[in-house]
Amino acid sequence: MSAWQAWFVARARRRFAMSRECAQLLPRVCAALADPRQPGSDDTCLEKLLDWLRDLTELEPTLNVVRDNPCLTEFFTSVLALPEPSPSILSFTLRLAGLLAASEDCFQHLQQENLLFRLFGSGGTLNRAVWEDASVRSGWVEGVHSMMHHQPALRFLCNGGGIDVIFTLQGDPSLFVASAASQLLVHMLTLSVESETTTPLSEKDCNWPACAQMIIKHIEDSLQSGCASHINQSLKLLTSLFGSCRATWTEVLWLRIAKQVESFLIEDSVQTRHMLANLLLNMSRSPVFCDTEGSFWALVTSALEHLTPVQAGPLAVGILSLHKCPQDVRIQAMTVLLQPMDCILRAASQPLEYAGLLDESVSDPSTVESLLSSKSSCASLLCQTLAHLEKLLSLIHLPVDLPYTSLLRSFVTILQFCSGLLIPATPLGSKISQILIGCGRVQKSALDALAALSERKGCDTVIGSLFDILLVYLESPNTSPTVLKKSFQAMSKWLARLPEMSCFNSQWPTEKILQDVFLVLQKRLCSPCWEVRDSSLEFLTSLIKSMRDQDEFRESLLSSEVPKLTENLLEDPESYVRASAVTAVGHLTFITYSLPESAVAGNQYNKEDTTAKLQDILSTDPESFPRRAVISIFTKWLKQGCTGQAEDTEQFVSRAIQTVERDLDWEVRIGGLELVEVFCVQALCRVGLPKCPYAPASSTVTSSIQQNESLQIFCRAKLFKFLFWSLCDYDKPVGQKACDILLVLRASLSPSSMLKDCQGAGDLSAGRGIPWLQRTLRQGSLAQNFPTDAGNGVDFEDPESMMLALGTIDLEELHDELNKSSDHVEKSPQSLLEDILATVGTIDENEADCY
Amino acid sequence: MLDCGLDMTSTLNFLPLPLVQSPRLSKLPGWVLKDGSTFLDKELKECSGHVFVDSVPEFCLPETELLDLSTVDVILISNYHCMMALPYITEYTGFTGTVYATEPTVQIGRLLMEELVNSIERVPKAQSASMWKNKEVQRLLPAPLKDAVEVSMWRKCYTMPEVNAALSKIQLVGYSQKIELFGAVQVTPLSSGYALGSSNWIIQSHYEKVSYVSGSSLLTTHPQPMDQASLKNSDVLILTGLTQIPTANPDGMVGEFCSNLAMTVRNGGNVLVPCYPSGVIYDLLECLYQYIDSAGLSNVPFYFISPVANSSLEFSQIFAEWLCHNKQTKVYLPEPPFPHAELIQTNKLKHYPSIHGDFSNDFKQPCVVFTGHPSLRFGDVVHFMELWGKSSLNTVIFTEPDFSYLDALAPYQPLAMKCVYCPIDTRLNFIQVSKLLKEVQPLHVVCPEQYTQPPPTQSHRTDLMIDCQPPPMSYRRAEVLTLPYKRRYEKIEIMPELADSLVPLEIKPGISLATVSAVLHTKDNKHVLQLPPKPPQPPASKKRKRVSEDVPECKPLKPLLSGSIPVEQFVQTLEKHGFSDVKVEDTAKGHIVLLQEAETLIQIEEDSTHIICDNDEPLRVKLRDLVLKFLQKF
Repeated sequence: MSAWQAWFVARARRRFAMSRECAQLLPRVCAALADPRQPGSDDTCLEKLLDWLRDLTELEPTLNVVRDNPCLTEFFTSVLALPEPSPSILSFTLRLAGLLAASEDCFQHLQQENLLFRLFGSGGTLNRAVWEDASVRSGWVEGVHSMMHHQPALRFLCNGGGIDVIFTLQGDPSLFVASAASQLLVHMLTLSVESETTTPLSEKDCNWPACAQMIIKHIEDSLQSGCASHINQSLKLLTSLFGSCRATWTEVLWLRIAKQVESFLIEDSVQTRHMLANLLLNMSRSPVFCDTEGSFWALVTSALEHLTPVQAGPLAVGILSLHKCPQDVRIQAMTVLLQPMDCILRAASQPLEYAGLLDESVSDPSTVESLLSSKSSCASLLCQTLAHLEKLLSLIHLPVDLPYTSLLRSFVTILQFCSGLLIPATPLGSKISQILIGCGRVQKSALDALAALSERKGCDTVIGSLFDILLVYLESPNTSPTVLKKSFQAMSKWLARLPEMSCFNSQWPTEKILQDVFLVLQKRLCSPCWEVRDSSLEFLTSLIKSMRDQDEFRESLLSSEVPKLTENLLEDPESYVRASAVTAVGHLTFITYSLPESAVAGNQYNKEDTTAKLQDILSTDPESFPRRAVISIFTKWLKQGCTGQAEDTEQFVSRAIQTVERDLDWEVRIGGLELVEVFCVQALCRVGLPKCPYAPASSTVTSSIQQNESLQIFCRAKLFKFLFWSLCDYDKPVGQKACDILLVLRASLSPSSMLKDCQGAGDLSAGRGIPWLQRTLRQGSLAQNFPTDAGNGVDFEDPESMMLALGTIDLEELHDELNKSSDHVEKSPQSLLEDILATVGTIDENEADCY
Repeated sequence: MLDCGLDMTSTLNFLPLPLVQSPRLSKLPGWVLKDGSTFLDKELKECSGHVFVDSVPEFCLPETELLDLSTVDVILISNYHCMMALPYITEYTGFTGTVYATEPTVQIGRLLMEELVNSIERVPKAQSASMWKNKEVQRLLPAPLKDAVEVSMWRKCYTMPEVNAALSKIQLVGYSQKIELFGAVQVTPLSSGYALGSSNWIIQSHYEKVSYVSGSSLLTTHPQPMDQASLKNSDVLILTGLTQIPTANPDGMVGEFCSNLAMTVRNGGNVLVPCYPSGVIYDLLECLYQYIDSAGLSNVPFYFISPVANSSLEFSQIFAEWLCHNKQTKVYLPEPPFPHAELIQTNKLKHYPSIHGDFSNDFKQPCVVFTGHPSLRFGDVVHFMELWGKSSLNTVIFTEPDFSYLDALAPYQPLAMKCVYCPIDTRLNFIQVSKLLKEVQPLHVVCPEQYTQPPPTQSHRTDLMIDCQPPPMSYRRAEVLTLPYKRRYEKIEIMPELADSLVPLEIKPGISLATVSAVLHTKDNKHVLQLPPKPPQPPASKKRKRVSEDVPECKPLKPLLSGSIPVEQFVQTLEKHGFSDVKVEDTAKGHIVLLQEAETLIQIEEDSTHIICDNDEPLRVKLRDLVLKFLQKF
């Protein structure tokens, strides 16, 4: 065990171990819980109690816990003796008993007293009226699941008839119970095979352990039952099994049931077919099956052929995401996803212009065509297929090559259909057109897919129509705000790709596209709908981020009305819009900042004006979103060096933090600290000091001149007041951040070396007030506000005082204190037990009072 | 007659009427024929390749050839836009009937007519062109003049006295009010949700119901919402007045309007909005009320210029009962229902009767001007087009869908100002129609032919047509259509005394019959059964007899029979009465009972019984009585 692991265990022991107080409280708690006269306990408390006991059993041998605390077994006996235990207590009892019985010796111990049989066996809970309550059944399944870690438990269940109960619970009306029962069977099957098998398994029964045999027989019987619900239960179980267990015996199991499962594909049983896609998908991910070259892949191919396009879609996406998969299966999977797109292209084109994606000989499009020509299925099939394609296109490492150009053409065609621009030449096209015109759902899916496609290369040939249709969407007054937002996102991604599209640029000059885009953006920035104004600003920001290095972009943008309109929106009545305008204006500054003076003057972009406006928003805006945006932009400016010379930067930062230090929004204050952090790092780097406390120490001795210089800068900028102030912030993240920064500063400025000649802080004139500061911070940095009275004598702008403060105050201790969760006191086991007693253990007191 | 709208698109063929002398218009060259003939150059002027008539604008009247309008008894008006031809009908055709319309329709219709008359009369034009209307000449003219229909029927604008006379023939009605028309049918106006006081009409008899749905809207704007429920169970639903721009969503267009307005003003330009003085303008002002502050346009003046601007803005505030629920509740607060009151109060919106007078003193630029007429041929808008047309900073935004904006702009070309087309038409689109028809489920739909096929310019847009089952019956101009229902029943009232005298006999559980002898009295399409006159006294003298001849003769009533004859029992009865040789034959409709000896045949069918015997009346009577024993009499 490594040192840190040992430390972790020791800390855990300290935190969770049974203290003397807890050991005294637990019997009372158990007695109270088992007392039917007590009011029901809060379920959350019971959960916490169970969690604590679980932690306890992980740290100590369970049998010891049970022996040391006989109240636990007494609790079981008491609950079992109750004629009508409450469902929540009984459920808790079952889960606790299962938890304790997970240890084999404790299992035996509890069995000796016949407790487990009475709790989980046929003679106990199962026959009680309270079994009707789903929470009791859930507790029973969970208890059994917990104890299922050893063979005695397996045998207990299988020989005592418990396994039949689990089979029944698979069809429980409560979905939670049914799902848990299915998971339990998977767990039992795996445990049985893996713990009780010594020889490799064959298809024949005799080799399989008894419990496994029972479960497998149940699966086989269900599959052959002809009853849809039973078949579905077994398919779910198998799906879960193949998803979680990758052992070779799963293949042997599969061989026993493969024929039956295969038959479901051919039979026209709609109710079970949808389950097959998930089952096959999980199997295809298992090395046991995906490495085989045999019947499994043939079955997958058959599934892709026989399932409806809607059922096969998820399977096709899963198959195409696999890195190991036979090529012909991939082609079949691709056919499932491409066929609707192929039909769209063919429906839109004249026969002579045939531009489908697929060869008709590969697949029969009639099913997809009929789905596309029906009003009820067209939009959902397209949305689903587009979502699948988007998912595939968003994968960083896509194992297959999709026909990107044709896909782009099909997405564009769908968007043309939806806008009513496309004049279809086929009857199917007319039908699709009638269904899709104005369909926002399909528009959104197509735009998402289009945006994802921008990451792929090789779609340059249809790019002209792409920009045309996107501009139509951006311009059309009929475009809804959500569709518009997605159109902006797609446009932004494709515009970012413009420079690499050489073939396109020769036909369609970038300036022309950009001019059109900015023209429509101008209009959208003036929209009466705030969502539209907001999306427009986000679009502008995104464009600047990706294209600001391109001359054509900068020129087109600055020659348009967009910057002026954007600046106007800093005064928008809607706070979200103001926030987005702040971000956009902030990013615009990156462009104007780098322009030559003359260009800036000509364009009337004055950096000081912008800064003043943003500073004004930071200090006066009544909503927090714009203020958060301002401080975030200030930090970005600082990072990118857009704040001028060092002196300007110092003043800039100083002004900003003096504004945010009293802000009511903690995120703004955190933003201010981030600004300070960047400033400090830059200042330290500039004077050559190490910026990170964890970086290896420089070989050269840092000169005290450099340290002094930095310290003076920080003092002049009034950083320390803000930092120490923030240590006392009511919102903990602010204090933590401030503490982190102070630790960095202390490490970089090495105050100890500077203070080594000093005998004590109190002796220094500069040290006046430092003890007070130290005391205040230690006593209740989080509980009380930082005093504003300057009479305490701490001069936060005095470099010596601050150096002394950094060297004297125990920042590590503060750091630990701040990192404790706010409920660390209330979270202790003792507190939990007291809470339970306080809520349920009140009868005695009341009785005494009454008496 | 259902509505009487005026086709004003004819005015687009005329030159605009400028309020002040326009050097540009007066210098336009006369139009010369290809052969060099110049005889039309005084009447026709050429501007940027288009030819216009230089005369007072004229309007295309409703169809008069097909129907003698003097025979029309009633005109039902749907909304104020659909009554603009009323003076031409009431004052020129010998019409003597009644016009029914709601109060806001009449009041705002009056404003629209007043503005129209005022705009044309205040710029008198000495010249009146008529030569070009000659059919021989017209076919030599360039399009669209060459293709204009029935130009000889085009008329100059009516006068205010004619307007007043026409309006005096209107009878005001309220929503859901039932109006009896000659006892034949009952008509009821229902809210159509399109404009203040706009109505759909139900025309119904006791057994038939025809709904006339014209200019309706399901959007939440200022008027009372559309009453759909009352349209249910219609035999025929006549559907017209759908949106003229089905592809333009009104919400999107309002957004477009605001965006373009703000962009222009921010760049220092002026915005001109050619519009009617009532209707969409109320909604636009409401949108701007919410928008101007957010767009930073608080200091930009909005001018509403119309001879009826003041009345329009004030009328809108007093028709509370005709407004949507939200606006109605404001009235009780009490607050003005429309926020333009606040715009006026805060001086953000100013209204003037014309550009002369106070307006010239207050006029500040950049500004936004709402003024008429949307055709750009008359009204104050002509002045602003001339004034602002030369600068690309300015924008004209078309919001009314009635006129092609390109045709409207033709006599102003070349034009530097920006033109934006934002037609705001809140009337039903095809998706809404489809939902409405599903909800209302009329047996038959009748609509103009245009609604049954995609627009000619977008033949692939099959979504832009009415799609219902059974397919709608369509009609076209001057076509006579037979509505697909027959009047099969009439309701007849029965006088209480007569009803008292009836003795119903239950022939089946729940069904009773009674014979009625009465006199049917029909007057004003109402039918009443009255007691028959008392039987005449036995004639005492010749004189009396003569008198009694005048009274309709009432013969003694024979009882009516009902029931069926059970053949076997009948045969047994016959045998009991001595007929021994009875034979029964089954036929397709019943039975034949043959009495061979008596050579007599009794034919028993479901609704008749015949006894056929040769000249043996006693035998027939005997047999008849035997038959009657099996039947009930009443």
